[in-house]
Amino acid sequence: MDEMNRVVRDYIVREYLEEGDDREITDTTPLITGGIVDSFSMVSLKRFLEKKYQIRIPDADATPDAFDTVQGIVALVQRFRTAAPVGV
Amino acid sequence: MSQSAVYEELASRSYEELARDFNWSVAERELDYKPGDPINIGWMCSDRICRLGMAGKAALHWEDFRGNEQQLTFNDLRLLSNTFARFICDLGVGAGERVCLFMDRIPELYIGFLGILKTGAVAQPLYSAFGDESLLVRLENAGTAAIVTQKKHLQKVRKILDRLPELRNVIVVDADAGKLQQREIALDLFALPRVKDFPVYPTVAESPSVLHYTSGTTGQPKGAQHVHYSIISQYLTAKWVLDLRPDDIYWCNADPGWVTGTSYGIIGPWSNGITQAVLDCGFNAERWYDFIEKLGVNVWYSAPTAIRLLMKEGLEVVQRHNLSSLRHLASVGEPLNAEAVIWSEQAFGMPFHDTFWQTETGCIVITNFPGMPVKPGSMGRSFPGITATVLNTKTYEPITETGVAGLIALRPGWPSQVRGYWKNETGYKAKFKNGWYLCGDRASIDPDGYFWFMGRDDDVINTGGHLVGPFEIESALLEHPAVHESAAVAKPDPVNMEVVKAFVTLKRGYSPSDDLELEIMNHIRKRLSPLAMPQEIEFVDSLPKTRSGKIVRRVLRCKEFNEPVGDLSTIMDD
Repeated sequence: MDEMNRVVRDYIVREYLEEGDDREITDTTPLITGGIVDSFSMVSLKRFLEKKYQIRIPDADATPDAFDTVQGIVALVQRFRTAAPVGV
Repeated sequence: MSQSAVYEELASRSYEELARDFNWSVAERELDYKPGDPINIGWMCSDRICRLGMAGKAALHWEDFRGNEQQLTFNDLRLLSNTFARFICDLGVGAGERVCLFMDRIPELYIGFLGILKTGAVAQPLYSAFGDESLLVRLENAGTAAIVTQKKHLQKVRKILDRLPELRNVIVVDADAGKLQQREIALDLFALPRVKDFPVYPTVAESPSVLHYTSGTTGQPKGAQHVHYSIISQYLTAKWVLDLRPDDIYWCNADPGWVTGTSYGIIGPWSNGITQAVLDCGFNAERWYDFIEKLGVNVWYSAPTAIRLLMKEGLEVVQRHNLSSLRHLASVGEPLNAEAVIWSEQAFGMPFHDTFWQTETGCIVITNFPGMPVKPGSMGRSFPGITATVLNTKTYEPITETGVAGLIALRPGWPSQVRGYWKNETGYKAKFKNGWYLCGDRASIDPDGYFWFMGRDDDVINTGGHLVGPFEIESALLEHPAVHESAAVAKPDPVNMEVVKAFVTLKRGYSPSDDLELEIMNHIRKRLSPLAMPQEIEFVDSLPKTRSGKIVRRVLRCKEFNEPVGDLSTIMDD
């Protein structure tokens, strides 16, 4: 779990913060409401998670609320990781 | 007659009555403007309101996602915009020069907009999520003299600064002065002594005011040039269409990086002396309803994408809040579907009123007028004073039969009509045919005069209410080392109406993969903006082309929309 938090945090820092932007991303930093990730960018974040963890997150579950924190994202990934893996 | 009596009288008049004797001079009289007088939007929205006895009235309730709050009166707005104006004048910014606002929705953005206009300079607001390439194209084209930004966006400006010799000043509103580089300067607006008197530049009706960039099918984005006289339309449409009344708290969701955020997120409400609420926070249904409840918002101007996201969150979250302060709801961006209108009646006890307009029109031109029966799914009727029709696509003559699709067109001459595209006269002239301004959209008109949207008439992609040009996306796609050729088209989407889909052929040595798709998506997001990022990339062996080698986006778009492709005789056989 902690490892997944770190991977997601690192990806967000690398892909969504500008170089030189020194804002700290913690597990509870607001991502959507805080304007770091918007509803359009959420699609590429969802794609990353699906690829990295070999899952499919249904669009109905990929809500701004679910993607608002690293904590929420990890919980979402865990939920679908325990479901049937892709292709089964 | 008292002010409230004026509003009661206005509310009692039907659309037909208002339309019958309409003349824009009604707004000139109410704004105490006589043709030939100086007219300055910055002054009209602050000093004038103070002179009307509303200096102590709240102009802005601002809140961010962390819960930080700030309140400004109209007198604060007057003094702070004077201070901002003095600051940029001291830097040497002159009348007619372009000053870009590249910030999140923080108070400095709203104050800076008025301050720039007070100096006679031109405000050039840009959406702060733009990537460095989108920023470069727009600053280069405008020959921008100064940009006002925040620390978090500074790196994007630094990346392109060397390619912008005309950009003399980068003003950073939250900077640590010690960390700034050449051409950069810190502005702590709230710490500066407030300037009581600033000699507002005597702009006149046709003096340039705002430069908003909008996308077209071909070429780079075009700078739509507006003038100070546009306030005449923005003032009156805000009052009549958004039904703004003196004691209202008004909330417009739009970012001033786009035209709604300036016409109706600054000029419309403040020229009416209305208190407006700003929430600098991404989408969150609970938070949005909390905000309406806490401030007692009366009029809410939102967008179909936001409304459809709220629909997804359901009625339960609505019912947990007391939203009884709401009196009027309106929507803009892309057509509001009938389901969303019906849902809003269930959720809020009133419909969202769809309004139609665009960067070039500067104000609402077709609308569901307050008090007029709303036909869910319809754009409404033309605003009094606007002559709107649909034209035959070949003859450019108005279509007289009802229910027949044609090009939405407006008779030129309303006050906030765009006066030109910056350094692009050819592009501007192409917008007019047979004495009509062409909006670029198709619609039909029913027997009651209501317009019904049918789609774009070009390849521009309307995503979440924002127009994205395929050329810009395709140019950025070609910068990726794996991309050989590309085409960007609209794809239908249940929330955003349309999203970007890219078709890509790869260079030798590259193979399609999920990794590559994600890499290309992120490349576009960072170079252009999240709006321009393809939500799907389809790797193909070849793209449909004419015999002269031009990529035919129409074929790809029709496939996405399950529409007939039409004449394929000019397409090359592969």
